[in-house]
Amino acid sequence: MSRIQACFAKLKQENRAALVTFLTAGDPDYATALTILRGLPGAGADVIEMGMPFTDPMADGPAIQLANQRALGNGMSLRKTLQMVREFREGNDHTPIVLMGYYNPIHHYGVDAFIRDAKQAGVDGMIVVDVPAEHNEELCEPAQAGGIDFIRLTTPTTDDQRLPTVLKDSSGFIYYVSVAGVTGGATASLDQVSEAVARLRRHSDLPVCIGFGIRTAEHAANVARLADGVVVGSALVDKINAAVTPEQAIADVLAQCREISEGVRGARL
Amino acid sequence: MHTYFDAPDERGLFGIFGGRYVAETLMPLILQLGEAYEQAKTDPEFLRELAYFQRDYVGRPSPLYYAERLSEHLGGAKIYLKREELNHTGAHKINNCIGQILLARRMGKKRIIAETGAGMHGVATATVAARFGLECVVYMGTTDIERQQANVFRMNLLGAKVIPVTAGTGTLKDAMNEALRDWVTNVDNTFYLIGTVAGPHPFPAMVRDFQAVIGKEVRDQLQEQEGRLPDSLIACVGGGSNAIGLFHEFLDEPTVKMVGAEAAGLGLETGKHAASLTLGAPGVLHGNKTYLLQDEDGQIKDAHSISAGLDYPGVGPEHSWLRDVGRVEYTAVSDDEALAAFQLLCRQEGIIPALESSHALAEAVKRAPQLPRDHLMVVNLSGRGDKDMASIMHYLGEKGAQS
Repeated sequence: MSRIQACFAKLKQENRAALVTFLTAGDPDYATALTILRGLPGAGADVIEMGMPFTDPMADGPAIQLANQRALGNGMSLRKTLQMVREFREGNDHTPIVLMGYYNPIHHYGVDAFIRDAKQAGVDGMIVVDVPAEHNEELCEPAQAGGIDFIRLTTPTTDDQRLPTVLKDSSGFIYYVSVAGVTGGATASLDQVSEAVARLRRHSDLPVCIGFGIRTAEHAANVARLADGVVVGSALVDKINAAVTPEQAIADVLAQCREISEGVRGARL
Repeated sequence: MHTYFDAPDERGLFGIFGGRYVAETLMPLILQLGEAYEQAKTDPEFLRELAYFQRDYVGRPSPLYYAERLSEHLGGAKIYLKREELNHTGAHKINNCIGQILLARRMGKKRIIAETGAGMHGVATATVAARFGLECVVYMGTTDIERQQANVFRMNLLGAKVIPVTAGTGTLKDAMNEALRDWVTNVDNTFYLIGTVAGPHPFPAMVRDFQAVIGKEVRDQLQEQEGRLPDSLIACVGGGSNAIGLFHEFLDEPTVKMVGAEAAGLGLETGKHAASLTLGAPGVLHGNKTYLLQDEDGQIKDAHSISAGLDYPGVGPEHSWLRDVGRVEYTAVSDDEALAAFQLLCRQEGIIPALESSHALAEAVKRAPQLPRDHLMVVNLSGRGDKDMASIMHYLGEKGAQS
């Protein structure tokens, strides 16, 4: 059983949703980001998404664009992202790590080499925003053959006719982008989320995690009653944006994570 | 018989290049757009309307002008200029805009968005949006806004809203990112009118088809004037829409040599250039696989050119394919060479070319003296230089090159 499967199986037994956190690898710098990363499971993160920094994050709003710029400005790279996973794994062998980002750095690294190195580093899944199901053979199939889950984004524009195409080779979990837009933007209503989860469950047995626009403990709790997981990104990244010192960034991100995690954990009580 | 006309395939691929590398939110829209375009392009009513606006609104056909004094000055090839700068709005960009706006209207879209570098595509988009009474938002990098003030003013006059993009270097690539972010947020009512032969399928093929009128006219006009095919074609390449527009008609004519001139900026060795086909590597950006300027980590590098319209780190995927199969030769022209050719055309022919087109002219200046007098060379004069006055004044002032 993969780390992702084990994680969702355990949470199902506990009858609670997963808190999936997103931060950009190397934001604001390598050392600070690694300290935050190591603190996340203790602050209630069940699954960790790490953004692979890219100069042109086309699906991201201002907060995560800045995170990418900070990380790259401080010398972050795809190699160092894998190094960070390796260092995290020295002290944690159970929290699933999902790398999220854009295709070009992976393409440039070489798909086969990247999958091999990512697997060795302890990566469990990948979300690559700009490789749709139409190009499955390029990245999705090699990733799965190499033992890394390929997690698909589904969106409000993915209709019933298209869903089977998108979900055909998905594994790990389904990430439902609850609004059409960029990260850190608008928020979907709970009715919309509920309807979307029901629709996805008609098409797949994979756990469904909801992301985009979830910023507070209360909102996270509401979504946690409807879905298998709640993804929180910009609300954490904002704390790094606002922090004056690395110490403050670490403390504020972990405090925010703890608060949202309490919302998620208390949701179905 | 081998033909270049069956590319791209149904997945939008030109060889390994092109494709649809976009976020899932946009996939259904892009598939719909592809279907709508497939229907439109064989619909006689759509084609009739397109022909009408090309003629009476854009002013087509544009003349094919024998540049007699320039040819004599260079002492070699017989140089013809395809006068796309005489089109309404002053560049070839309107050919594509008029096609796409008719498609947008057919699809019932009410809001048009576009990215622009030099501002020519923004102006052309604002123009057609005004003509059809549609809301128009244009994304433009802050660096470009600074060097293309007149075009910003033009877009405002035409009723478009110009949104400054501060991300990155504030140039075309950043404007395109922001336009994609807008599109992904406003999926229901918005049509993204991409200005060049890049982006996800069907854009590279669709924009090419709308620009291909350039080469079709050249074939007829040269047949009439010289009774034969051209020997060589030269065009500048940023995203590459004016170049593909000129080349496409002749791809299957093996005797016609084609040259695409990229921007070498301050010089290829300085790293400050926009020569993605000359010095880039294949990668994925803005929805397609193509040659890109990138570093060893696959991060996109900033392009540089005196010409805002060539200042882009990628290039249309069909050009990447034509490069790899060897059908088109791609070369690079520096800021200084382009500027010299710019001045030469002003003095020899009384035509003020755009800085973009001056790159193609500079390539002609290099080649023409080496060629026999019966060599027929067609240079695409893709735009006029009025928009560049401020930057040229600045540049020539700095160089002290005025006489």
